[in-house]
Amino acid sequence: MTEPEILFGIYCPPHPQPLLSPEASDGYGKLRDAYETCRKRIEESEADLILVYSTTWPSIIGHQIQAHPEPEWVHVDDDFHFLGSMPYKFRMDVEFADAFKNAAESRGLQSRTIEYDGFPIDTGSVVALKLLNPDNRIPACIVSSNMYANRAETIVLGKSARDAIQEQGKKAVVVVVSSLSNRMFTEHIDPSEDRIHSAKDDEWNRKILEFFDDGRLEDLSQLSREIHGQIRVQKVVAYKPAWWMSATMGQHNNYTGEVLAYEALHGSGGAVVILTPASESVGDKEFDEDDVEHYHGDRGVLDKGML
Amino acid sequence: MAKGEIVLGCLAPHPPHVVYAENPEQNEAFSEGGWETLRWGYNRLARKLKTIDYDAMVIFTPHWQTYIGTHFLGLPEFKSKSVDPVFPNIFRFNYDISVDVDLAEKMCEVAGEFGIVTKMMRNPDFRIDYGTITSCHMLNPDWDKPLVTISSNRNAHYYSAEVMNEQASALGEACARAIEESGKKVVLISSHSLSHRHFVTESPLPEDMSREHIYNHSQYVWDMKLVDLMRSGKMREVIDIMPEFTEQTIAETEGGGLTWMMAAMRYPNYPAEIYGYQSVIGTGNLIAAWDPMEATREIVL
Repeated sequence: MTEPEILFGIYCPPHPQPLLSPEASDGYGKLRDAYETCRKRIEESEADLILVYSTTWPSIIGHQIQAHPEPEWVHVDDDFHFLGSMPYKFRMDVEFADAFKNAAESRGLQSRTIEYDGFPIDTGSVVALKLLNPDNRIPACIVSSNMYANRAETIVLGKSARDAIQEQGKKAVVVVVSSLSNRMFTEHIDPSEDRIHSAKDDEWNRKILEFFDDGRLEDLSQLSREIHGQIRVQKVVAYKPAWWMSATMGQHNNYTGEVLAYEALHGSGGAVVILTPASESVGDKEFDEDDVEHYHGDRGVLDKGML
Repeated sequence: MAKGEIVLGCLAPHPPHVVYAENPEQNEAFSEGGWETLRWGYNRLARKLKTIDYDAMVIFTPHWQTYIGTHFLGLPEFKSKSVDPVFPNIFRFNYDISVDVDLAEKMCEVAGEFGIVTKMMRNPDFRIDYGTITSCHMLNPDWDKPLVTISSNRNAHYYSAEVMNEQASALGEACARAIEESGKKVVLISSHSLSHRHFVTESPLPEDMSREHIYNHSQYVWDMKLVDLMRSGKMREVIDIMPEFTEQTIAETEGGGLTWMMAAMRYPNYPAEIYGYQSVIGTGNLIAAWDPMEATREIVL
């Protein structure tokens, strides 16, 4: 069976500053330039689908997939509303969204497509699509991040995306919208004085970026639990983006990594990275967690082994 | 000018299901009903509110989540459509609300004096969250009172439930002083569920009540513990155990709403009026009210 055609992957931050105020600091400007590099790279590719996994679109009822053909609204961020509004009109690949939903269900996941006028597309997805695909030249698809999902469910979701890309014969660019460290300053700051919240966050971010630079995506996926404990604010159960990205892109370390920018976004770590499939693998790690093909739901251990 | 006062405090959960079940003309989705225990409780509390003289509703919502301080709506009118990002199939509500900007600015100012990081929200494109809309619609379906909406700063995420309790208490005290200085009569609304573990699947017909129950018995026992304390007028004790309750039941109290309201009301030592308790997609939802006026305080349930 042929492999799904994933041209490359992009990891980018969800904050609105690179879109709304790139001039406010050198760092925001560098992130904006990095987005611009990604935009050109997409334009020069033969991609016919941009598939976005956004950590700022939480879901509860399984995994939601945007399927409105032309979602249109004026979005305002909850925290950074004073930076301005984000009008958008996107072009979605409805056929792919349906295929993705079906693939997810085939692997045991709860999933549904969303196609309502006025549905609130999240800040991260809006920022990414407006900067990476400003003219809607390529149709997109966005999938939510279920707040209760952990490793098995997220990996199976990635494999479902892969199934759908293969089944549809798409040439896809995979986009993950997520911070690295995600602790922001809890006060308003002068953007020109923005910095990573702590030295610890900065050290971990740089270690993650070393892995990205070496193309070690599967190694990052395997380190997700450690990353969550070390530098992620405990809003959700786990740091999931590397799980999903690696599962979608094939669960290996065979990539050419390019770290285009790494800057602070109100204290959090924002990086723009491109991973392009290559032929040589790196890494020296061995892992013992199961690879999961099908999601079976909760294991129901509470009522077992009772006296 | 007479001192302003809090005339009622309401715990008003906001699962959009209750608005969906009511079929108001503002909501695009249509239902066959459901969640009557909550809706009838809301209906009764709404009738009580009609008998009370007040100037504005002040609502603390966990669905306007801010990490950089506490924010207040700061424009006189907002008109748009609110679509629930989690349950868009049942909640697509066309709203037209008015805001008491003077009161919001006063609260923002006094909270700042208390050392709380604050911000007024003055972007006209800002969309009102479904928590605000659900609680306010169920309490006042005529929408004939101005609101003040306060964001929930996520101290529980960044620090701990204990820090959330401290910060929300400080905000409550600040808001109480702002209300007194405003000279206005205000209804406070704390908009959230108690236990907050959801099912991750939904029945084909969301209002199929044969499928509705609490997520697990532990959640129920904790919820009832709080209801018992509320009936007994032990609100100081409720707030003292709030960090434990929040962590054990992943409760929506993590946003700080109940702590904020109880601090603003000086931790009532009189019984709460209980209007109803019911699960919605597995979460535990209680409608309750605290009436400072002994003459009008009721035993409802």
